Amino acid sequence: MNSMLVTLVLLLLLGFAYQTGWSRSSRLAQVEGRLHSKPIYHGALVAIWAIVPALLILGLWALFGTATANTRFRTLTSAVVLASAFGTGAIGLYLARNRISARFRARNEVERIIRYLLIGCSVVAILTTLGIVLSLLGEALRFFTFVSPVDFFFGTVWNPRFSSVGTGSGDFGLLPLLWGTVMIATIAILVALPIGLMTAVYLTQYAKPKTRNIIKPMIEVLAGIPTIVYGFFALVTVGPALAGLGAMFGLDIRATSALTAGIVMGVMIIPFISSLSDDVIRQVPRALRDGSLGLGATESETIRRVILPAALPGIVGAVLLAVSRAIGETMIVVLAAGNSPYLRLNPGEPVSTVTVTIVNQLTGDTDFSSPQSLVAFALGLTLFAMTLVLNIAALFIVRRYREQYE
Amino acid sequence: MMNALREDLTQMNMVVRQLAVDTDLYTLPSTTIRTPDLEPQPVKIKARNVNVFYGEKQAIHDVSIDIPEKAVTAFIGPSGCGKSTFLRCFNRMNDTIEGSRVDGLIELDGRSIIDRSLDVVELRARVGMVFQKPNPFPKSIYENIAYGPRIHGLVRSKADLDEIVERSLRKAGLFDEVKDRLHDTATGLSGGQQQRLCIARAIAVSPEVILMDEPCSALDPIATARVEELIDELRENYTIIIVTHSMQQAARVSQRTAMFHLGNLVEEGPTEKIFTSPEVKRTQDYITGRFG
Repeated sequence: MNSMLVTLVLLLLLGFAYQTGWSRSSRLAQVEGRLHSKPIYHGALVAIWAIVPALLILGLWALFGTATANTRFRTLTSAVVLASAFGTGAIGLYLARNRISARFRARNEVERIIRYLLIGCSVVAILTTLGIVLSLLGEALRFFTFVSPVDFFFGTVWNPRFSSVGTGSGDFGLLPLLWGTVMIATIAILVALPIGLMTAVYLTQYAKPKTRNIIKPMIEVLAGIPTIVYGFFALVTVGPALAGLGAMFGLDIRATSALTAGIVMGVMIIPFISSLSDDVIRQVPRALRDGSLGLGATESETIRRVILPAALPGIVGAVLLAVSRAIGETMIVVLAAGNSPYLRLNPGEPVSTVTVTIVNQLTGDTDFSSPQSLVAFALGLTLFAMTLVLNIAALFIVRRYREQYE
Repeated sequence: MMNALREDLTQMNMVVRQLAVDTDLYTLPSTTIRTPDLEPQPVKIKARNVNVFYGEKQAIHDVSIDIPEKAVTAFIGPSGCGKSTFLRCFNRMNDTIEGSRVDGLIELDGRSIIDRSLDVVELRARVGMVFQKPNPFPKSIYENIAYGPRIHGLVRSKADLDEIVERSLRKAGLFDEVKDRLHDTATGLSGGQQQRLCIARAIAVSPEVILMDEPCSALDPIATARVEELIDELRENYTIIIVTHSMQQAARVSQRTAMFHLGNLVEEGPTEKIFTSPEVKRTQDYITGRFG
């Protein structure tokens, strides 16, 4: 109720300030002839001067004020803060209003403020990334006071025990988890690369525009399916089907296994590979294609020997992006990989991955001073570093490729 | 204004039609064509009443022409007059454009090439093409030349292939410039070298006809002179058709010239005659630079 009232007053202040600037400059225009800036800019500038200081004070109060406020004086302090906020607003309004003159460059000033606003918005994203890295780093360092980095990065046994048992030594070996992640991502790429690439070749080289306009959006729907739904699909349909199929050939494939998760994840990243490859294949100049066809090469010879080699760097970039996506994927693996953190070669056996383990370590009762919880941050940092390197490599390759044909 | 223009166009079309009848274009002697500085040459390609459509739009209207063997024929005319489109009929490159349609009669050595059942792979091995912009594949110089012979299965051994590559580069006058870097990437060559590489690439398949679509438009004058020289040498062994914007180029390299305008063949004949005493005023206007 209170905050609604404050918002209402702020809006009133905004409207009033705009109106003041606008009407004053309009009146001035009637007396002095043409102004440098149109009245709307004068109005906007006065409104900004009135509202920004008030918002700043209220914002600071919301961030830091409540912690310091004594409960007994809460009403009093908040009244003082509100009064000072609106007071500053009024002073800002008054000052800005008095600056209005025929020569005053309100338009330029408004444009400059808008630029700061836009810069501020883009900084938010960068600061967030930085904040995530720092918080991961801090907690990960705390974890490494319990377990040595060598034991973590090169340990082959993952058995953290429960934190309730005490801080007694569990085994925090990363390798079994990393192995699971790599195995599932590899299976996913083995599924997605041929299918995605051939889809892209069909769409760019063979499909008529009409067919293409139908097929392309349908493939992209795949990218819009929530990963938890893929997880259900893997658990309920693909897993049992694979187990049945394996049994037919005398193979022992578990319903929840690296294979199940990998195949379903492969399906999930098909649209990534197909639409990114589609783009890079499209960028291969038509002249190359004509040159090959003009020499009497068939359509498929042209694709295999000219177009795909020319598009290769871009395709590699697309694959790397897809891999980093597969490495970070969580929901499918939580449901379908079996959560069994052992080093096993057989893809038909259950495995566990880095992402799944993070989920496990942070759900339920967590005590953020035990290595059992803190390890999640070390795992997160490892994952972040892996995907970061892959993304940078992919962007680098794709950019090099673009330059080649521009 | 628009009406006047339209009337002009209609009149012009009538003139062109009349001209076609007058000069007996449809009953041209189809066995031999007289070229000024050569013995009469047999006809390599015969085209009769060819129409080309892109969707609803007609790009070529009822064109008939004979192309002599082992001579250079130039197609000239203002931009968008259909000369490139017509050129691309001879190796069926128009097939690669969505919605294009060709009708009429085109024969290569007396065999129809318009027929849908014809194998374009075989046709394009006999009728090579060089494009407006040099378009070497992003592979090595050697691989660029070897591409055609490989896909057509012309070679059995590495030695055969080496020999074809060297011979083709020599014919294109490029061998001495690149012999030490055959395995470097072809995109590192200069524009003129790239275009000669593309000619060598076409020659490597041993075609009978080479189509050139404004082969010098992306080259500087020196590289252009080099390519023109090459065209003149190639005439001995190949039938060449060259589309060009440059009147001087047509005059320099060709023995016969065909003038196109708005999808019609305005006039064709020995190059000397076209450039000195054209029969149609429009040709003269174009050649002297009064339009186009």
